Amino acid sequence: MLELKHISYTVQEGDDKLGILNDISLTIDDHKLVVFTGPNGGGKTTLAKVIMGLVTPTSGQILWNGQDITPLSITERAKLGISYGFQQPPRFKGLTVRDLLTLASGNEKLSKDQCCQYLTKVGLCANDYLDREVDVSLSGGEVKRIEIASILARNSQFMIFDEPEAGIDLWSFTRLTETFEQIHAKGSATMVIISHQERIISLADEVIVVGDGAIRHRGSAQEILPQILADTLGSCPVLKKEANA
Amino acid sequence: MMDTQIDRELLEKIADLTGKPVGAFNIRKDSGCDGRQSTEHIEIANRADGKSGIDIRIKDGTVGETCHIPVIITKPGIEEMVYNDFYIGDNCDVDIVAGCGIHNCGNQDSRHDGLHTFHVGRNSKVRYTEKHYGEGTGKGGRVMNPQTVVYLEEGASIQMETVQIRGIDSTKRDTKIICGKDAEAVVTERLLTDDHQVAESNMEIVLDGEGSRGRVISRSVAQGNSTQVFYPRMVGNSQCFGHVQCDSIIMDSATVKSIPAITANSTEAQLVHEAAIGKIAGEQLLKLETLGLTPEEAEECILNGFLA
Repeated sequence: MLELKHISYTVQEGDDKLGILNDISLTIDDHKLVVFTGPNGGGKTTLAKVIMGLVTPTSGQILWNGQDITPLSITERAKLGISYGFQQPPRFKGLTVRDLLTLASGNEKLSKDQCCQYLTKVGLCANDYLDREVDVSLSGGEVKRIEIASILARNSQFMIFDEPEAGIDLWSFTRLTETFEQIHAKGSATMVIISHQERIISLADEVIVVGDGAIRHRGSAQEILPQILADTLGSCPVLKKEANA
Repeated sequence: MMDTQIDRELLEKIADLTGKPVGAFNIRKDSGCDGRQSTEHIEIANRADGKSGIDIRIKDGTVGETCHIPVIITKPGIEEMVYNDFYIGDNCDVDIVAGCGIHNCGNQDSRHDGLHTFHVGRNSKVRYTEKHYGEGTGKGGRVMNPQTVVYLEEGASIQMETVQIRGIDSTKRDTKIICGKDAEAVVTERLLTDDHQVAESNMEIVLDGEGSRGRVISRSVAQGNSTQVFYPRMVGNSQCFGHVQCDSIIMDSATVKSIPAITANSTEAQLVHEAAIGKIAGEQLLKLETLGLTPEEAEECILNGFLA
């Protein structure tokens, strides 16, 4: 179980302090699929990065299975079973797809068959990709899918995916949502997925709408989807008129 | 031959040798010959002109054979200039493994300068590997200045892989390859410097023949207070294709200068160059840390991959 207690993150902007996350408290039970959604710049990614240790909160506490992990490094959290799929994964000159999957799995003897399984789940063929370098020769969508495959290979207890659908073609997206469904059905991991996609939101046990650095709403997909739509329209008369037309 | 532990370790580092080589070989140790073997197709002999070095003659049609010619220096104060000439016949497909290892525990410099000249016959393929490595606790410098000149006849190709592993205090590398009709030169250079080491690599690929191709892939890591200068040049004199790519990772207080140059003397020449110098990206380290690597392990992994 993951618990966030009174998490705040502020940055200095000139003479003022800007609150990116404002006193967020949240509990995520084991084996749940939770989707963070909400407007751009609302704090979703920062909140997810706080869990992985990529961002250090200004105040608050993070408990993982009862252990206070707030002071722990990224590496230590990774070793405790937390993983993170980046929205814009970095590229590596010289590291191949096989190298990355091997590192992720922690198994130096990771077989081609195992690599193939992870890559197939994101719609890539091992024969075409295993020996390719994760460099600029790959498209954004390919790098993104390899990133997700690396999280699958990591097979950790707590998986965070930051906008996994971004840059992925429709066919691969369908395959990806099936993979999330399978992991969820097996109950082998807790998943936090940052997403704007209705299809992914509909898979969630719980949807948490993050906006202005706070939790605006939380509930089931059925409860939250209409509210998202209402929030999106906001107070804009033109959008409301179009929606009602 | 390969008498001491130092000999064996150096030979394994620079030529992947863990015992007596299979096939033709010449092991040069402390300016003398520590072992030599010719085969039916590959003949190794002292030079006829009396200069220090060997002539290697590979018969037409030699396929699948390897020739090892490593050099090791284990005594301080040795300074040598060696001339090795390779005459590779037509329709060959061979591997040549050179390389130099210096173990210097003294206070005098150890220095190996070498000029390798390759004459590669029609339609022959040569894979040439050259690794340089230095070690030892003495104050004496470990210096290597290799020159390589390659003449590729019609349809011939060379894949040249040069690696400077560690511990070379000063190196000046000069490489020149002249490509005939439909010939291909692919040069992969890997270089790592640290402390106050200095490395300079000058390269010129001349695409003389119609349909010739040249490719240079240079990757380097500069650590400590080291200095690196790269000057790869590609010259297109006919319908040809050439590509020069230089990438360097700069760390600590190092300096890297990269000056790729392309010259076209024909409207049919297609030449491209690209060069990049930068530190290890923070996102790369963070990504590997999320996979459970420590920051130090992540850095090592990135550098090893980059120089692999």
